[in-house]
Amino acid sequence: MYRSTVLICGGTGCTSSGSEKIVAAMKNELARVGLEKEVRVIKTGCFGLCALGPIMVVYPEGAFYARMTEDHVKEVVEEHLLKGRIVKHLLYSETVEGDTVKSLDETPFYGKQNRVALRNCGVIDPENIKEYIARDGYQALAKVLTSMTPDDVIQVMTDSGLRGRGGAGFPTGRKWMFAKANEADQKYVCCNADEGDPGAFMDRSILEGDPHVVLEGMTIAGYCIGASQGYIYVRAEYPIAVKRLQIAIRQAREMGLLGKNIFGSGFDFDIDLRLGAGAFVCGEETALMTSIEGHRGEPRPRPPFPALKGLFGKPTILNNVETWANVPRIILNGAGWFASMGTEKSKGTKVFALGGKIHNTGLVEIPMGTTMREIVEEIGGGIPGGKAFKAAQTGGPSGGCIAANNLDVPIDYDNLIAAGSMMGSGGLIVMDEDTCMVDIAKFFLEFTVDESCGKCTPCRIGTKRLYEILDRITKGEGTLEDLDRIEELANYLKSNALCALGQTAPNPVLSTLRNFRDEYIAHIVEKRCPAGVCKSLVHYEILPDKCKGCTLCAKNCPVGAITGNVKQPHVIDIKACIKCGACIEKCRFGAIVKK
Amino acid sequence: MKTIAELNALRDEMQSQMGIRHDKEAHGRIVVAMGTCGIAAGAREVVGAFADALDENKLYDIALIQTGCMGICQYEPVAEVFLPNQEKVTYVRLTPDKARRIVAEHLAGGTPVAEYTISAAK
Repeated sequence: MYRSTVLICGGTGCTSSGSEKIVAAMKNELARVGLEKEVRVIKTGCFGLCALGPIMVVYPEGAFYARMTEDHVKEVVEEHLLKGRIVKHLLYSETVEGDTVKSLDETPFYGKQNRVALRNCGVIDPENIKEYIARDGYQALAKVLTSMTPDDVIQVMTDSGLRGRGGAGFPTGRKWMFAKANEADQKYVCCNADEGDPGAFMDRSILEGDPHVVLEGMTIAGYCIGASQGYIYVRAEYPIAVKRLQIAIRQAREMGLLGKNIFGSGFDFDIDLRLGAGAFVCGEETALMTSIEGHRGEPRPRPPFPALKGLFGKPTILNNVETWANVPRIILNGAGWFASMGTEKSKGTKVFALGGKIHNTGLVEIPMGTTMREIVEEIGGGIPGGKAFKAAQTGGPSGGCIAANNLDVPIDYDNLIAAGSMMGSGGLIVMDEDTCMVDIAKFFLEFTVDESCGKCTPCRIGTKRLYEILDRITKGEGTLEDLDRIEELANYLKSNALCALGQTAPNPVLSTLRNFRDEYIAHIVEKRCPAGVCKSLVHYEILPDKCKGCTLCAKNCPVGAITGNVKQPHVIDIKACIKCGACIEKCRFGAIVKK
Repeated sequence: MKTIAELNALRDEMQSQMGIRHDKEAHGRIVVAMGTCGIAAGAREVVGAFADALDENKLYDIALIQTGCMGICQYEPVAEVFLPNQEKVTYVRLTPDKARRIVAEHLAGGTPVAEYTISAAK
């Protein structure tokens, strides 16, 4: 028996900060001191606290080591694993209080979370199906195939209140019911793993940390609707997720958990991967299926909905990775258990990728109904540098901004829409007072202009024209009539674009216009960017009474725009200045300001 | 794999090999003193015996933890056993055989082995 287990994060975040090297160093070091038979090293999926990666957790003590490096490995092995003394100075600081080491559940970051979809992430070895089985893996599938009818299963899904986690929030049980009701010789089950929102990595983390849960969920759905084939459409830019899915599918086939006559029930089901080439529009369901069929990834009008005519013209259900990850838990724990979490119309939990101006960047799973304030201030640890909260962006390029006055709204599908944003797939970007809301709207619109597939005119041309108006405003060339034009064009786009990409593209603009209209007006009327972001509208100035004439700014100016004699106040030539900000960073006296 | 029984058998077998992976999973712990004094007196063999005995008794939720010198070097090897709702029990002058008996009678059976405790040694 192993006395200790060392879990090292092998998610994308920690891998890119060097966790592979730590795994190798740890194995070498354990062999050197003769502990390789007592201590086991496992590479897991994401722990969530990506800001402090690479992360390593040692059980049974539950010691949570943060920002590990190869150099720290020797100390942990010799002190902790050999002598039993936890190396406190390498621990995540929130878990250390004086002489005692606290449990992770007592930290603000983990204490408020409730991990359902992420249950196995950071706990099991995702490349070993047996570890998934040890954590009740494939029990739900066994239960469904041996003791439940498809209608029973659909009833459980409906009663649980699970809604699609990809963004739109369509009730999962109802989606399955439609697909089951449509007769066909062949049906399909698809998994949307084409996660494309800037800053979002929920689905990637589930695929990397617990790939089998997705396979199990899809197989259950296949049984419900009478499908024998599933496809996972995953971005080629997720190499670790792709590799682990390939391993998972191979292992499931070897064990007979995919393939013919699963659990002796006579039910056949198999899953294949399809790699997406990175087009954002392929996250839209009809475009995704068109792409799986081997055509150019473009959406088509709905109806007919995929439940009637989907992949290859057959009834198809398509759910998002996180939705699939909830399915086996609901089957095992019951609809009532799931429905007991969350709000009246949004049940269960939601995973968010927390990013932007916040201390604890990472992945969090919270019960629906948690407020934005709890996420930002408690779980997220607040905003660095003592800056003030300005807005939280949810839903990526399809969503909008939640302003400070909505911080206490409980987060669920309907409340976010009422607040002018949307749940989306779970990207959550926090912005502080230094963020210009017009610039943010422009950023997201630039993204949709790039990613518009061009099939329908409203989206192809409308997003471009919207972008041009915003660009004018950020350059100080906008007029007040532009605001009316934005609203008119945005509403036209919403009602006329072919797919959700175009229909939701104006959301970032409309929500910022609604919540931060005064900023738009400052850009237009006063030709001023209140946050000091829009380059055309700011200029840099040296305050003569504060400048000591140290010449540091002049030496660091890349274009030689600063002149002045030693020990005399310097001056910036506004015409030559490229507004790079190098001088502000270098000035030790706070003598340079943006105006 | 064709039956639930096979799946359950594999799950149970694997659970024994997974070890504790969450703070809440530990239902008790054995803390073995592994200072220089303890190791010299044979604490490493005692730890090995504890590990094997926990395995044999299928006590997968008991954490086996090492610590430094407890300051009673004359009694080494020393181990403390913590179980929920029970007072800490300190065992002294351990051997692999004693460790196996402690696991069987105290951790599996619930009754401390009085003759191996520090109060008996005094």
